[in-house]
Parts: sequence; structure tokens; C-alpha cells
Amino acid sequence: MAGGGGAPAESRVGQVVLPGDVLLLPAYDEQDTERLPLGTSAAPRGRLLCGPGLRRCAGGLLVTKCGLLRHRRAGDGAAAAGGAYWVDSQQKRYVPVKGDHVIGIVTGKVGDVFRLDVGGSEQASLSYLAFEGATKRNRPNVQVGDLIYGQFLVANKDMEPEMVCIDSSGRASGMGVIGQDGFLFKVSLGLIRKLLAPKCEIIQELSQLYPFELVLGMNGRIWVKAKTVQQTLIIVNILEACEYMTAEQRKQALAKLSGN
Amino acid sequence: MDVIAFMQRGLDSQTKKQLDEEEKKIISDEHWYLDLPDLKEKESYIIEERSFIPCEDLLYGRMSFKGFNPEIEKLMVQINSKSKKEEIEEDDKMEADVSDEEMARRYETLVGTIGKKFLKKRDQRVLHDEDEEENSNTKPKKARKMFLKPQD
Repeated sequence: MAGGGGAPAESRVGQVVLPGDVLLLPAYDEQDTERLPLGTSAAPRGRLLCGPGLRRCAGGLLVTKCGLLRHRRAGDGAAAAGGAYWVDSQQKRYVPVKGDHVIGIVTGKVGDVFRLDVGGSEQASLSYLAFEGATKRNRPNVQVGDLIYGQFLVANKDMEPEMVCIDSSGRASGMGVIGQDGFLFKVSLGLIRKLLAPKCEIIQELSQLYPFELVLGMNGRIWVKAKTVQQTLIIVNILEACEYMTAEQRKQALAKLSGN
Repeated sequence: MDVIAFMQRGLDSQTKKQLDEEEKKIISDEHWYLDLPDLKEKESYIIEERSFIPCEDLLYGRMSFKGFNPEIEKLMVQINSKSKKEEIEEDDKMEADVSDEEMARRYETLVGTIGKKFLKKRDQRVLHDEDEEENSNTKPKKARKMFLKPQD
């Protein structure tokens, strides 16, 4: 067996974990429901969420990606009553995941289906009926080369990924063809997650600068549009550089710009 | 019956029976179950999730600032209020224009008025008299209007 036993998951939170490490979870077998759990390790109600980079194994979780182990407590968070563990890893190559919102580029039309490039190993397919208000007669106006913001309906390693531009209630809610002009560029996936975090300082600081519009795809693609080309390029440069800048450097850079 | 096997396409009945019996001996009901040990049903308290969105509570990816795209800004307000609503699950009572007591009073009288509509004529008259008695006891009862013959 690899690793010679494992360490309890709580002790490794915030540390670097490597593939093959076993994280032990407090045992929850059926016997425990009879015994009252005493002490701090009370069995949480609800299910534990085993996020990206982790898999279930006998006794706990098995790490499959290298990175930092993160944990979120069981609480009033919207999802994951019962807490969540995941590995915060860095990568540039996107692997389609169901439910992710991504920016795709239309590369072709095959019959009634558009082919989109999402940066994965395969092109995704998007049916022309998967737009709000689309019927067989009322087709969406999508050309080759257009940018589309949609979410994955099907995304696993055995099938070609499929995308849709409506949500489960049939409304577009912001998805669909992204308008004219603007600038599309690629960043690493870790930066996208940082930017989409609930209280992201970078986005808050940028929003004070100029009016602009921003679309972030989980596949590492960002689309920016501002009033002038120069403003657009400034925002693009800041977003690309902020991955490796500290907070102070970023504030200095922004102060220079707002001074100009 | 043994008939001369001239131009016979299939097996004759006897050989068929023999083969069937042999098959049955080999294949019993247990034959169709896998010979593996029972896998223990894993405790279902762990859910595997390949997306980062529920783990880190990521926001919606389409944003607009300082009024650049008003529709997207409306959407942002909607989505943020939705997520707030999920956290605060208390149902605030909407401020009603009419208070509950007034509603109750209205309904009391309403039931009576609509109910009268469906009474027969006789009952209506009785009701009418009762009402008058209740309301105006002191007033003399009005004589029922009857046909007055015109005086020449």
C-alpha cells in the first residue's frame, strides 16, 4: 500500500499534498450512529463534499492532484452542508466539467449543431435549440468565429462535451452570444478562480476605474470590453499581470492609472 | 418417431431434447450471478464533485460595472439577491395594505351579502323584515305598497 497509512485530513489542511496521499476521515460507520459522538469531532450532519483533486477510498480520501489542501467547514454555505475538502492546484489546460460556465469560440456548423472550441481535448457541441426563445423556425444568429458563453450539460471522459446556453428553467440568464468588439485572452485556471471568489479585491478595485464589461470563463478565457480600446487594453494588462503581483504592487499600478 | 433424415434442415426432436437436458444440467439459476465477493456498499456520506463552484462558492462569470451593460447589471443584482435569500431563509411577512382584522370584518359581512343572493324570495322577505326590525325598531312599519285604484 502506498504511503504507509495516512494522516487525518484536518491536520493536512493548508499544506502541500501529493498524489497518492491518503487523508483519513473520522470514521462514520453504522456503529457510530448508536454511540453518541463525544468531543470536538462530532459527526456533521449532511454529506461531505469531496472536491476536485480528491477521490473516495477505503477509510477516507485519496489525493490525485498535487497542490494545497483546502477545507470549508460545515455551515450555512449554500452548498455542502457537511463541509468540503478539495485540492487547490494550478493548471492551464482546461478539462470540461459539468455545470461550468465557459467561453467557447464557434468553429463550425454541422447540421443543426455548432462546434465550439473550449480549450479542452475535444470540441464541444451546441445545439441551435439550446438558446432562449429558439425554435425550429426561429434560429439563433450565430456565425463562425462568434464567442459564446454557455454551460456544460454533459462533460465526462467518455463522451463529447455538450453545451447549452439556457439554464434549467429555460432562461438565458446571461448566456448566449457575446456581443461585438471587446478583447478575448487566456489566463491560468487558478487566476479565474481567484477572480470569481466572493470578495475579490482585484475586481472591486478595477470596477472603480472605468465602466467596463467582463466575462470570465472557467476554461481560462476572459473577455473584456470598455469604452475605448486603450481602456480595454489597460484592463487586460492588469488582469494578466495581477496573478503575479502582490496586493501593494497592484494598488500602486492602479493608483498610477487613476491618476493619469 | 424416427423418420429417414432426408432433407432435414434442423435437428430432429430427440437430439434436441438431449441437448436441452444437458444444457439445463450445466446451467442452473445460479449460473447467471457473478462469482465476485459482495462489494461493501460504500458509505454515502461523501459526494464526489469535480467542479470548483460549490467548493469555493464562485460567483457568476458575467459582470458589468458602472452601468456599461444595464441588463447584465440587473442580472447581477438578481443573482446576488438570490444567494442572499438562500442564506436568510426567514420569510418576512409582506406589509399588507389591508390589515388582517379588517379582512376578517370584510369577510364577515361579505358572506352575509352573497348568501342572501341565493335565498328564495320568501326567505328574502323574512330576512328583510328581520333586518328592519333589528335596525329600526322605532320606525313604524311601512305599509306594503299595494295597487291603488285611481280615483276618478
